Amino acid sequence: MGITRRQFMRVSAAGLAASTVGALGFGDAGDALAAGVRPFKLERATETRNACPYCAVSCGVLIYSLGDRSKNARSEVIHVEGDPDHPVNRGTLCPRGAAVLDFVRSPNRLKYPMHRKAGSDKFERVSWDFAMDRIARLMKDDRDKNFVAKNRDGVTVNRWVSTGFFGTSSQSNEAGYLTYKLARATGILGLENQARI
Amino acid sequence: MTNSWNDIKNADVILIMGGNAAEAHPCGFKWVVEAKAHNGAKLVVVDPRFTRSAAVADFYAPIRPGTDIAFLSGVMRYLLGAGKIQQEYVKAFTNAGYIVKEGFKFEDGLFAGYDEAKKNYVDRSTWDYEFDEQGMAKVDDTLQHPRCVINLLKTHVDRYTPEMVERICGTPKDKFLKVCELIASTSTGDRSMTSMYALGWTQHTTGAQNIRSMAMIQLLLGNIGIPGGGVNALRGHSNVQGITDLALLSTSTPGYLVLPTDREATYADYMKSRRFKPQRPGQTSFWQNYEKFFVSQQKSFFGAAATKDNDWAYDYLPKFDVPYDALKIIDVMAAGQMNGLFCQGMNIMMAGPNKTKIRNGLSKLKWLVSIDPLETETARFWENHGEFNDVDPKSIQTEVFQLPATAFAEEEGSATNSSRLIQWHWKAAEGPGESRGDIQIISDLRARLRALYAKEGGAFPDPILNLAWNYSDPGNPDPAEVLKDINGYALEDVPDPADPAKLLLRAGQLLPTFGVMRDDGKTSGGCWIYTGVYTEAGNMAQRRNASDPTGKGVYPNWGFSWPANRRILYNRASADAAGKPWSERKKYMWWNGSKWTGPDVPDYAPTVPPDKAVGPFIMNQEGTARLFARTGMPDGPFPEHYEAMDAFIANPLHPKVSRNPVVRVFAADAKSFGTPDKFPIVATTYRLTEHFHYWTKNAHANAVLQPELFVEMGERLAKAKGIQSGDWVEVTSQRGSIKAKAAVTKRIRPIMVDGKPCDIVGVPIHYGFIGLTRKAHPVNTLTPPVGDVSAQTPEFKAFLVDVKKTTPPAQAAATA
Ligand code: SF4
Repeated sequence: MGITRRQFMRVSAAGLAASTVGALGFGDAGDALAAGVRPFKLERATETRNACPYCAVSCGVLIYSLGDRSKNARSEVIHVEGDPDHPVNRGTLCPRGAAVLDFVRSPNRLKYPMHRKAGSDKFERVSWDFAMDRIARLMKDDRDKNFVAKNRDGVTVNRWVSTGFFGTSSQSNEAGYLTYKLARATGILGLENQARI
Repeated sequence: MTNSWNDIKNADVILIMGGNAAEAHPCGFKWVVEAKAHNGAKLVVVDPRFTRSAAVADFYAPIRPGTDIAFLSGVMRYLLGAGKIQQEYVKAFTNAGYIVKEGFKFEDGLFAGYDEAKKNYVDRSTWDYEFDEQGMAKVDDTLQHPRCVINLLKTHVDRYTPEMVERICGTPKDKFLKVCELIASTSTGDRSMTSMYALGWTQHTTGAQNIRSMAMIQLLLGNIGIPGGGVNALRGHSNVQGITDLALLSTSTPGYLVLPTDREATYADYMKSRRFKPQRPGQTSFWQNYEKFFVSQQKSFFGAAATKDNDWAYDYLPKFDVPYDALKIIDVMAAGQMNGLFCQGMNIMMAGPNKTKIRNGLSKLKWLVSIDPLETETARFWENHGEFNDVDPKSIQTEVFQLPATAFAEEEGSATNSSRLIQWHWKAAEGPGESRGDIQIISDLRARLRALYAKEGGAFPDPILNLAWNYSDPGNPDPAEVLKDINGYALEDVPDPADPAKLLLRAGQLLPTFGVMRDDGKTSGGCWIYTGVYTEAGNMAQRRNASDPTGKGVYPNWGFSWPANRRILYNRASADAAGKPWSERKKYMWWNGSKWTGPDVPDYAPTVPPDKAVGPFIMNQEGTARLFARTGMPDGPFPEHYEAMDAFIANPLHPKVSRNPVVRVFAADAKSFGTPDKFPIVATTYRLTEHFHYWTKNAHANAVLQPELFVEMGERLAKAKGIQSGDWVEVTSQRGSIKAKAAVTKRIRPIMVDGKPCDIVGVPIHYGFIGLTRKAHPVNTLTPPVGDVSAQTPEFKAFLVDVKKTTPPAQAAATA
């Protein structure tokens, strides 16, 4: 019986779920072998389908994480590889995508809200509540003061141009849509993303 | 893209110009390799550098940065002169035969209607067709009329002889002609060429016209709507397509609707100028449906608060007087007229042109909010990093928030790749520390702002108070619910117009297609082009059926491609006027006697027969594609070569109008442009395979692979300046100077331009003073603060510098 790589992967996945290399059909010999080797690191991992966050080829990736996604359990990404089923990348990744785990685990990932006071030379950790309350307050004060309800010709224009919003073209469509809704509802005109810079 | 990544395998000729897919889009480039291996395709690369795309090309030609229009206009001249156009296609599907108004002219670098004082075309009335009494455009099917588009085009491009192309572009005549020949080989119905481009075309003051030039070539060749054809923007960020569709753009609303302007005081005014009527008999002119899309969108934004009586909450939307694009925001900020700024996943200090101006602007803000998974230069613009960011924090009064966002692996949702393909991704893990998703951050901000307005009142609180946020968890909505909102659903029962006893839609039903959207408030839907992505049949973005029944690379059941799951746009043009495939090889969509059939979704109703002559270009009022752009482009209906703002030579075609005459230069930037006497070297920026923008300098492996900034230069220049690889050099432009290591290569060679040698240097963009890579001067210290006249994309790809050998930066010397 010929077995394709993909079938092999599926069979393997079934085997991993059963936590025994014996499911590959090696019978007792397989069991003995399995007992003698270090467990395959992805054996206990949860596989999640995602996409490379970098360029717009949007290669399919499989993310392997520890933890079973149950509530209260923190999961940790341990491995990322190309999705062999994806029609565009067919399992391949370029030097950026192949190293994407180092972005997920970068020492420069931000962990806590930080705040820099006027004239200060450092960031200080603050709570989300502090940050979000203060930002909402600053927004409202500026909007209330500088909102333009009518232009010089008396036309209703309802715009707020003393605050701008650079959005990201790396967020999901859903996050982008909510960002759009909120920014426009406040009257912000200066709304842009990386599309044209 | 008009076509898709997979479709590239169907091409016979692949032109990579204005991009470098092998290095910037490697996994998409595999379809180029596939086309070469299994379709006998020839790869042609035109680039100032001998890139890795060039290294595997069948033919490579060099070009001076910023001269693509001259090159492409020369190609058009060649095609028209040699009769290498697909005549029948051009006649049926373009405006080649349309008669242009008397008075239209082009003289000494300017089209009709230019106002010298205003630096703009104030009267564009002649940039249009002649119309008959019914408002239909006049057409000469024989293409004989002296003012029909194709004849005007012939005259326009006649100046771009191979000699002129060589003089402007520095491309040797024989190489240019060889490229022409290869391109021309696809003018038959059984061969196609694909064009792959990226920022190499957009980042110029003539950016949009670069792409238009290629679109015109593809139309002349009959390569639009065809497998292996198209004009394909490779694009940058993973969801730049989606976020553009969803209009995080200063003058748009989702689905390429346009935000109202001050001139549209009332809703009636607004609709008058949007609902374009057909200008040729029987054409679709799809924007006739504008109001349905707009009203459904307003219902999605404002729910019950958008009513017929308040013109669907028309006044809840801001109107714009001038476009507030990124360059404008920066200018306003630098003038001290902006108080607050959000940078969500945007490192504007690196991404915008002219770092110094941006930093000055950030310093004048009252507050800045950075929302990002990573440390950025923008969030730390106030921090002193020696000569790399030489600021005094005490003097900067900006209050800064740095909010930790989750990244792709830690959230779920959909993203749209450059093939317009919407695909879902699932969450694999929690983000680090207290990081939160963008959805939660935005929702939280909305809740707090709304609470403040509810309590205190304030300036026009209505749109904030009434903003619809009808999700099960308004504090952190489920992305699936948001995608349903974007897709749209019926708000009330909608009876079937054909049989009122039946229901077309029942209340609550997800909309199957944008065709059922209504202008009476009975449907809601955030972005009409996305309708169909989430229907009663489920979330189409999650589909993962990897089968390709026809083997043409269509994958119709993988994800959802907007609009309407169409994989190749304008696919009606893959068949001739009678609906017959142009050839067996390129057979795609055809008329089988009763309907349009083939592997894709047709451009319009599948039962409309070919004898109705409905054109494929359904968004245009004419139904045909425009070789003559009418008033659509601010710098003219035909592309014209203009020098970059840092002009290397006086434009040989019209030295008095050397540069694009409608470029927007802010008063503050009037003295920002360099001249070749002081800055005799042409510079361009580019990207490395190992890095993505300014993120991967924070990732260990990438930082190890490409650890530091360099400037790439040719051997002739290096020798003349006494520079060797590894030496520190100073690169200076009119805007500022940076230090970088020299990388002397054979990949950039000097070319002869207008009789003088032209040296070119290239600088990769990825380095800054934050990250695991070595600290560096941001490259946008050098680049000019000016943008494309159409899209305001900064001119990062062509500017003037000088280089000289120098000493290491202080910090580098200390650690060396
Ligand atoms: S792996 Fe490379 S080619 Fe694929 S999406 Fe990521 S950056 Fe682009």
